[in-house]
Parts: sequence; C-alpha cells; structure tokens
Amino acid sequence: MLSIKNLHASVEGNEILKGINLEVNPGEVHAIMGPNGSGKSTLANVLAGREEYEVTEGSVIYKGEDLLEMDVDERAHAGVFLAFQYPVEIPGVSMATFLKEAINANRRARGQQELSPVEMLKFIRSKTKLLGMDEQMLKRSLNEGFSGGEKKRNEMLQMALLEPSLAILDETDSGLDIDALKVVADSVNALRSPDRSFIVVTHYQRLLNYIVPDFVHVLFNGRIVKSGGKELALQLEEKGYDWIKEENAVAG
Amino acid sequence: MSESMQTLEEHTSSDYKYGFTSDIDTEVFPKGLNEDVIRQISAKKEEPEWLLEWRLKAYRHWLTMEEPHWPNVKYEPIDYQDIIYYASPKKKPKYDSLDEVDPELLRTFEKLGIPLEEQKVLAGVAVDAVIDSVSVTTTYKEMLAEKGIIFCSFSEAVKEHPELVKKYLGSVVPQTDNFFAALNSAVFSDGSFVYIPKGVRCPIELSTYFRINTANTGQFERTLIVAEEGSYVSYLEGCTAPMRDENQLHAAVVELIALDDAYIKYSTVQNWYPGDEEGRGGIYNFVTKRGLCAGKRSRISWTQVETGSAITWKYPSCILKGDDSIGEFYSVAVTNNRQEADTGTKMIHIGKNTRSTIVSKGISAGRSHNSYRGLVKVGKRAENAHNFSQCDSLLMGDKCGAHTFPYLEVENNTAKVEHEATTSKIGEDQLFYLQQRGLKEEDAINMIVNGYCKEVFQELPMEFAAEAQKLLAISLEGSVG
Ligand SMILES: Nc1ncnc2c1ncn2[C@@H]1O[C@H](COP(=O)(O)OP(=O)(O)OP(=O)(O)O)[C@@H](O)[C@H]1O
Ligand SMILES: [Mg+2]
Repeated sequence: MLSIKNLHASVEGNEILKGINLEVNPGEVHAIMGPNGSGKSTLANVLAGREEYEVTEGSVIYKGEDLLEMDVDERAHAGVFLAFQYPVEIPGVSMATFLKEAINANRRARGQQELSPVEMLKFIRSKTKLLGMDEQMLKRSLNEGFSGGEKKRNEMLQMALLEPSLAILDETDSGLDIDALKVVADSVNALRSPDRSFIVVTHYQRLLNYIVPDFVHVLFNGRIVKSGGKELALQLEEKGYDWIKEENAVAG
Repeated sequence: MSESMQTLEEHTSSDYKYGFTSDIDTEVFPKGLNEDVIRQISAKKEEPEWLLEWRLKAYRHWLTMEEPHWPNVKYEPIDYQDIIYYASPKKKPKYDSLDEVDPELLRTFEKLGIPLEEQKVLAGVAVDAVIDSVSVTTTYKEMLAEKGIIFCSFSEAVKEHPELVKKYLGSVVPQTDNFFAALNSAVFSDGSFVYIPKGVRCPIELSTYFRINTANTGQFERTLIVAEEGSYVSYLEGCTAPMRDENQLHAAVVELIALDDAYIKYSTVQNWYPGDEEGRGGIYNFVTKRGLCAGKRSRISWTQVETGSAITWKYPSCILKGDDSIGEFYSVAVTNNRQEADTGTKMIHIGKNTRSTIVSKGISAGRSHNSYRGLVKVGKRAENAHNFSQCDSLLMGDKCGAHTFPYLEVENNTAKVEHEATTSKIGEDQLFYLQQRGLKEEDAINMIVNGYCKEVFQELPMEFAAEAQKLLAISLEGSVG
C-alpha cells in the first residue's frame, strides 16, 4: 500500500523529517506516537502533498505509484485521506455544499457517476446518523464555530463519506470526551478492511484500546526510532519518552 | 430567463428604440460637445422645451466643473471633445463569422454556457436569427399595465408620462450634482423608467429583458424609478456576459424614489469589458446612483456585483429622509489584472430611527487596485440612527492592493455606528483542506470566494446569484497559483 524510504523534508530551509522509513501493508493499522514537534504532522502533510514542505530526499510509493509526483487532489482521488489536527474554517461555504462537491469530485475522478441530489442527501444522512451528528449541522458553514470535538467528528464524517484506501488521522482523538473518542474509534473500525490501511497519529494509549494497531512507531526528531506491537504504546504511556530519548542519544 | 437572453433581447429590439424616424438609424453626430449638439440631441428625441432647458442648465454648469481626481484610480486624461455624443445604436455587425472574434471572448461565452447563436449576437457577428421576443415582452407589458405599473424606456416616458418625469427627474441627483452626473444630464441618450403605483407589489423582477424599447446599454444612461406609497419593486440591471462597447467613457445616472412604506430593491451585475491583461481598451465606468427614502418606513436596497470595467467609480447611496427608513448596500467588487475600482456607498441619515447596513466585499487579484470608500452621515435631527458597516477585502496574490476609506460624520449623539473591517489573503490552509478532499485548485478557490461573498449573493434574486457565481469564477481565473 505505502512504502516510505529515507524520506527527508524541510520547511523554510529547516530539515524536519530526517530519513523516515515505513512500510504499510493493506489492512494494517499503524500508530505513530512521539513528543511534540517531532515531525508527526509534517509527515502527514507531506504524504497529503502540502506544498510548504519540500521533500529533499527519499521516495514514497503508494499503490505502486510515485506519490510525490501527484498533485494534492490527485492523491485524494487515489484514496489518500488526511484527518487534520486543526481543521480549518471556511466561512460562507455550507457543509452540505462542501460534502456534495467533495464526494462528486472524487466520483468523477474515479470514473463513477455523480450522485443525484436525492442519493446524495440519503448517503450523507446515513453517515451523520452513524456518527451521532445533528443534521442541522449540514446547513452551517464548514467548521465555522464548530467546537473542537465537532470539528474532529466532522473529519470522521468526511472519512466515512470518501471511503479512502489510506486514512491518516492526525491526533483526531485530542481534546475529545470519552463518547466522542468512541465515535472516532467506531468510524475507523467500521471502515477497517483487508484493502484499507490507517496511520493513526496520537499521544494517548487510550485511543489504541479502541483502535487496536498492528504496529506502533515512535517518531523522534524526524526519524522513526522505535517500532513495536501494541504493547509499545503501553510502555510509552507508563514511562514517557525520556528513555527513548536517552537510548537515542547513546545510539546517535 | 438567462441574462444572455436579456442582452440578446436588447440587441434584437434595438430597432424599436430609435424607430421614431427612420433616417436617424444610421446617423452619427460629429465629435465634440457644445450647446448645439445638446439642442440637436433633444430635437432628435422630440423632447419638450423644459427638458432641453434642463439639459442646457446641466451643460452650462458642467463647463464650470472640474473632473474629480480624488478617487484612488489612475487613467489617461479624457478628451471630452473627442467623444461622439449622439450615435444611432443600430450598428452594422462588425464580423461575418465567429472566427473573426477574439477567442478570449468566445472562451468566456462558452464558460457561461451561452448558445452559439447568441454568442454571435453578443460578439457583433451578423446573424439571421429571428427571435420572437416581442410577444413575450408584450405579455408582460399587459400584465404590468393591468396593475398600473409603468416600465418603459426613458424616451418613451418623456413622451407618455411627462408630468411624472418632470416631477422626479433630478430630484435625487440634481443635474449639477457632480461632474459626471452633470455631463450625463446634458447628453443622456436613454435608459429606463419605472413607476409603481400606490400599494402595488410588482409581481415580477423587472429586468431590462422585459423592456420593449430598449437598446444596447448606452454610454450615458439615465434610469428613474418611483415607488409610490406601500409599493414594492425589484429591478435588475446588467448582464453577466462580457459587454463590449466602442465607447470608452460611460457615465450613467440612476435615481430611485421610495415614498411611505415603499421598498425598492435594485440589483446590478456589471461586466463591462475590463481591457486586456495590460488594461488596454477597457471601459471607464463613472456612475452616479442614489436613492431617496422620501417616505416614512421606506426602504432602498442596492446590491451590486462588479467585475468589469477598467476603471470603476461608483457609490450607490441612500438618503434616509423619512423617519424609520432603511438603506442597504451589498457589494462584491472584483478586480483583476490592471483593473481599478473605487466604489462604496453613502448613507445619509436625516430622519429619526433610520437604519443602514453596508456589506462590502472586495476581491483583488493580479495587479489590480480595489478601494472601498464609504460615508456614513448622521444629521442633527436623526435621533436613534443606526448604521452597521462591514468592509472585507480579500487579496489573491501579492501584487494587488486593497484600500478602505471609511468616512464618518455624526451630528447626533444618539446615533449608533458600528464598523468592522478585515483584510485577508486567500488562505493556503483553506485551499489545501479543500484540495485534500479532492477539489481541483480552481474549484477550491471558487468555493472559498463564493463563501466569502455569500452575504451579498443571497441578496440577489436566485437566477442572478447563480450567474454571478459563474461570473466570479471566470473573472478570477488563473489568479492564484
Ligand atoms: N509551516 C511550518 N513553518 C515552520 N516550522 C514548521 C512548520 N511546520 C512544522 N514546523 C516545525 O516542524 C517541527 C515539527 O512539527 P510537527 O507539527 O510535524 O510536529 P508534531 O510531531 O506534529 O507535534 P505535535 O505533537 O505538537 O502535533 C516543529 O518544530 C514545527 O515548529
Ligand atoms: Mg502534530
């Protein structure tokens, strides 16, 4: 599904990713943890194609293609979805309009028929219901005035509607109450399938109780310095990052 | 009814307007302006003596005036003796086929979804299309007449309803008001006249489409709308298709009068030729638009979407004379390439409990300059006046400019005046978000811009709003990235 080799990326001349290697197979869930500022969001943004981040070295192959050669929207059409750490507000653009345009843009790109307004509404409603969202929200401007939790839920709604092949969740669990956390976990678990993969960036082991990962990686200072199974998350929860930092200082 | 149809209608029916004598059809006056020219214009139009005097008074005053240079726009000096002040609008088509027409213009027509035959008409290609628009127009005319509504060309109104024209012409914009209004008053060619009788709610949007004696929108247009007590009218002006004109200088005057409890809603889409990327050949648009809320609880609402012209100088205003009257101004002004716009409004509070709302959305792209200039004036007698102004500027790229000039004159301390202003760049993070969800860059930009303009678009009649959105997309094409 995704093969990242020796990926280096910088922003405004500062190198942030310093040689990332990561293999994600179809159906797998990878959790990425790591201290603030270690480069987790940078990695997510580079994968989604944000221009500010300049890839200076390395390669990313996605479904057999060079991901780095693709435009942002092409990546989306190919099934890459990023649930943002900080979803932006777009005043005056209603949720309904936005969802409709996004869904149809992807359908067009994939050679599918656009949904009729009736089908569209039915489809969107089925998902808002699943996510326990108020339908009134469809009339509001995209993310404008949404609470932190509502914004995250909205990201999950979009994921459910766009049915990506590779979903990257950047701290979707941060700032959520326990019910919302379950909603996030449920929406991921509902989509889990042998041909769909997830990269879940999180600071909390708690989420991983609900979304059980196949692998846990620790990102530190632009590199993946430790990888393991789900028990690594428990270890991190218990001991923090200091021991990894020390190990790394000795090693590096 | 599409706006392109409207323009088509204007073209195809232009025979009617100047049809009072056939020899005029091909007539063009020599360049230059003097009293003789004005006398001849008036004579051609078979105007009554008082109107000639009115024109002459305007002309004599104009001679004493200086062209204003306070707007934040720069253009080559205008030689007023190098302009033709009277020409028959029935021009021969300039081209034999669409192949001869500027491909840029054709591309725009295509984007707006204008059918081929109509494209020909709009671009000035010879066609032999016979369009039975007269019958449509007649049907509406009859329906309007039943309600006592008058909707006709200005020239027709001068002939058929001289008492109304005499009573109201110049009552809001006196012929000495400003340089361009004075010029218009001296030489105006034609325009629209609307009269809505007491208590009548005009059942349709009055667009120039339904005006039978109409011509290609003129260089010096004159519009007068009178709404009697308790009446309502929504008037649409303009066209989303790009409008070309050989006359570079345009100076229109629009006067609105709302009596007790009357409501006039005036919507404009202005898409005059803005010139090429270097700004060559664009229209100079110097317009005076003013509404008088003469009666108690009257209301005048201006909504404009300005995307065209090389230079725009335009401040639709409301004089809130009647107690409890309401003035509104909703504007989207887009400038791209070398366009310059200095536009805004004046809200003059005279009566008690008068309220005004100003929502201005400027969008600048390319190397253009976009200025908002607004005056809110609260007179001594205007107890409890209330104004709310919101002026937002959106910048696309870093070579354009946005400027805001709010003026405030308050002579009554019970007034409540609120002003909000923002300047923002189209957000990279917003674009990225939408593109990540699969939208193309262009579509993402359009979505953000339409969202930004929403408060104004929702004031437009539905059809117009949809076309305005398309128009905006075309105007801003290629302005980011
Ligand atoms: N656009 C940018 N301009 C300048 N510096 C940036 C930019 N984006 C990221 N950085 C820097 O790159 C480093 C990594 O940031 P990143 O957001 O990837 O960290 P993170 O691991 O996601 O942290 P957190 O856990 O706090 O979300 C930080 O030092 C950050 O300041
Ligand atoms: Mg982060």
